[in-house]
Amino acid sequence: MIHVSDLSKSFTLHNQGGAVIPVMAGAALSVEPGECVGLTGASGAGKSTLMRMVYGNYLAAAGSIRVGDLDVAQAEPREIIVLRRRTLGYVSQFLRVVPRVPTIEVVAEPLLVLGVARDEARDRAAALLARLNIPERLWGLSPTTFSGGEQQRVNIARGFVHTYPALLLDEPTASLDAANREVVLQLIGEAKARGAAILGIFHDEGARVRVCDRLVDVTHFTPGAA
Amino acid sequence: MNARIFYENSETSQEFRCAERPLLAVRGLTKRYGERIGCAEVSFNLWPGEVLGIVGESGSGKSTLLSCLAGHLAPDEGEVVFATAEGPRDTVTMSEAERRRLARTDWAFVHQNPRDGLRMGVSAGGNVGERLMAVGARNYGAIRGRALDWLERVEIAADRIDDRPRAFSGGMQQRLQIARNLVTGPRLVFMDEPTGGLDVSVQARLLDLLRGLVREMGLSVIIVTHDLAVVRLLADRLMVMKGGRVVEQGLTDQVLDDPRHAYTQLLVSSVLQV
Repeated sequence: MIHVSDLSKSFTLHNQGGAVIPVMAGAALSVEPGECVGLTGASGAGKSTLMRMVYGNYLAAAGSIRVGDLDVAQAEPREIIVLRRRTLGYVSQFLRVVPRVPTIEVVAEPLLVLGVARDEARDRAAALLARLNIPERLWGLSPTTFSGGEQQRVNIARGFVHTYPALLLDEPTASLDAANREVVLQLIGEAKARGAAILGIFHDEGARVRVCDRLVDVTHFTPGAA
Repeated sequence: MNARIFYENSETSQEFRCAERPLLAVRGLTKRYGERIGCAEVSFNLWPGEVLGIVGESGSGKSTLLSCLAGHLAPDEGEVVFATAEGPRDTVTMSEAERRRLARTDWAFVHQNPRDGLRMGVSAGGNVGERLMAVGARNYGAIRGRALDWLERVEIAADRIDDRPRAFSGGMQQRLQIARNLVTGPRLVFMDEPTGGLDVSVQARLLDLLRGLVREMGLSVIIVTHDLAVVRLLADRLMVMKGGRVVEQGLTDQVLDDPRHAYTQLLVSSVLQV
């Protein structure tokens, strides 16, 4: 479902003397449906960079990133927009929302964009929020006022509300208590069982051992490292 | 035209998003003011259901470009091909009467200053109803009903329908201008700094409203702003302008998070964090 080959990336900092910083070379990995692959490597090794490139958030310098039938490295913006709507979900570490939108709407939005009826979208959003232990009295409030752990759970609910065939997870269990961590690990297990291809970053070693089928060390893709 | 007026926007958005032809195809658009460049050689496609943000500093040419696209200014070169119901037409070369008809039907323009887009001496209901009448609506009850419906959609209380916009706050005026523009079910909306000059809390409310309308009506939008936070939340795609030229374009989050051009990098790194 996700196939990365010979991917490279550098940043050019025009306002800092035009410094060119190569950050990745020769990256390659595959994630099959129903599989979860974990990215490992020290902080700064390029785990998030690789994940952002798969999502089309960072541009690739060279190489290919196939998600389903689309090469994200070559695709037009509108093709990536459709891919993100239907096929490729992303749970980032940050929740970015319009300030006053109620939590339930934030979670239901990916379904509304796909044309799911409002009632059904809200029901599915409500079911996930309940499962992730967000109290019902908070559903009508904007998540911008929530604690870090609550925001993280809203973000997870938003990422799992549609049954994306491919999912990117950036530290989905960070800042969660044991009970909620368990819910998230179950959600990941269920997504794998229905055939989703998952690429994740898990600093939480217990979580990594439990959900990942394979690990890919991104240190091998660091330019200049052998 | 009547079908358009009572357009109820439920299914259309999905259908639009799968379209194979751009709604607007712009090629080599150039406008000069004597020796000075307004905008130069601008080309892009806008697809149905897409929101395109145009950013740049004052004087970068973004407002000139918007005026040329919307037919308010005649460009010196280039074409602006709009997918009309009868097929693609270059709006630069069509007659003034045809362009005016487009502006009343398929297009809408939301000005930064609501006073430029509203009739300040006419009631709120009249402001909304007027645009319906301009496309042939005549039944007073039906027009008032549609006006009430739209005031509700933009969160203006029904009992304000007979008040003049002068009595409204800036945020309410802006929402009224949006209602006036969208009541006829346009397909393409031009917006010039629609959240400029509003308090941040009012901005958030307006952004939420706009996002919902774009989604439900399957609108295509070209929005000019200098506010990167606004485009991040509203626009699918982004064009960055400098000195009248497009220096960078792409997916909004990609351009903001991985900017290529020196100017975009400067723009992004100059935003104050809160």
